[in-house]
Amino acid sequence: MENTINLQKAALVIDRSDNVAVALTDLKKGEECILRFNDREEKVVLLEDIPFGHKVAISNIEKDESVLKYGEEIGKMIVPVQRGAYIHNHNMYCERGLK
Amino acid sequence: MADTFMGFRRKNGSVGIRNQIAIIPSVFCSAKVAERIANQVPGSVYFRHPVGCSQVGEDLEVTAKTLISIGKNPNFAGVVVVGLGCERFSPYELADGIAPANKMLETVVIQTEGDSLAAIQKGSKIAREMQQIASRQVREEVPVSELMIGLNCGGSDMTSGLIANPALGIASDKLVSQGGSSILSEITELIGTEEILARRAVNKEVANEIRETIFRTEEKLRRQTQNSSNKERTHLISTGNYAGGLSSVVEKSLGSMKKSGNAPFSGVIQYGHQPDKKGLFLLDSPGHDGEVSTGEVAAGAQIILFPTGRGTPTGFPGIPVIKITGNPKTYSKMRENIDINAGQVLTGEKTFEQMGNEIYQEILEVASGKYVKSEVLGHDEQFCVTRLP
Repeated sequence: MENTINLQKAALVIDRSDNVAVALTDLKKGEECILRFNDREEKVVLLEDIPFGHKVAISNIEKDESVLKYGEEIGKMIVPVQRGAYIHNHNMYCERGLK
Repeated sequence: MADTFMGFRRKNGSVGIRNQIAIIPSVFCSAKVAERIANQVPGSVYFRHPVGCSQVGEDLEVTAKTLISIGKNPNFAGVVVVGLGCERFSPYELADGIAPANKMLETVVIQTEGDSLAAIQKGSKIAREMQQIASRQVREEVPVSELMIGLNCGGSDMTSGLIANPALGIASDKLVSQGGSSILSEITELIGTEEILARRAVNKEVANEIRETIFRTEEKLRRQTQNSSNKERTHLISTGNYAGGLSSVVEKSLGSMKKSGNAPFSGVIQYGHQPDKKGLFLLDSPGHDGEVSTGEVAAGAQIILFPTGRGTPTGFPGIPVIKITGNPKTYSKMRENIDINAGQVLTGEKTFEQMGNEIYQEILEVASGKYVKSEVLGHDEQFCVTRLP
């Protein structure tokens, strides 16, 4: 989506317990991105391209470990991923909604 | 000390934030007469709908309850019911239903008056007189616990669940913590979060009602997607949702649910009904923009809060609809339609907390009389009674 008004290379961490952040603009592999928490900022180097609105891991996440966004489980990992990896339905699953 | 706003205290104790006359047809056949009456008397609003006859059973009951409840909404100082005379949902039944609200109320029936012109003339005189009486009432200071807001959204994009809804949730929590009321709905957009919502219920009964309401909606959608011709249209999550970055139905629905903040759920409201206490409620309605707003106004909501990522101009007759976008680009394009730019959270200019407070302050200002953009521009598309199959 063409949706970038002077946006910094940043991703938003919605809840303090989340292990993913959401890209606030299109982010590229190898770039350093600002992780914006409600009260502080961190930096992460991206291992893959992350499109606007999509998720990046902000910590290493094991296979079958919960993916947390909004402070809630939105699914589990099919494979382990490292901090900076792209998370979407190619590497996470959600039991709710499979049937 | 609790926050306050300036509202119109009604005889039955409820508080309106607008002071208009509602012209309500009991059946679609009298819609034009109702519209013409409203046109004759600026300051009154009319409710065009396609129902009121050739309906049976629960479908007719929901229509009846909804139209009655719209008439009872405290934003309306008076109501003129406009009937044809032979419809299944009688105009007298509609007026009798509104009567307990103890407000100015008259009924005009086209077949009794003789013709549509005679009915327009009679209705206009009544509305003119009601308007003059209403104009003498002045606003008084009342606690925010008298406010009920309806949460809704439409024309969503990825910023809605990410930015605008969580910011709105902070405002909703603030109102509920001060004894006010808030309504979450759009059950079709909550599938997958039933356990998360049920955890927030005040007791086991409410938790079960929340689960059942969501499962019932999911089952209805599942049945409607069984036909081989529409099998690709899954009821849970769309290809557009995936493309926007949503990986599961739970993730999608959490974004919708966030409008309701973290407050406990006091109960589930059936369509057309009002809750008998204050707090946060879940309204059983599918996620159609208009059906949701109509159900919330029928429940007693005086204001609708409406996040919109892509931007929509719609409004509701006699009820302010506050538009919030999480997308800064949409705000710059649709300034004439959108009231609050929550995109400032996305650009890093404001925190969620600051934006939530800003939305809350806007709610108080609008409740005290400030017009929202959809009101000034006369948008009224969102009145739309839900139908049952």
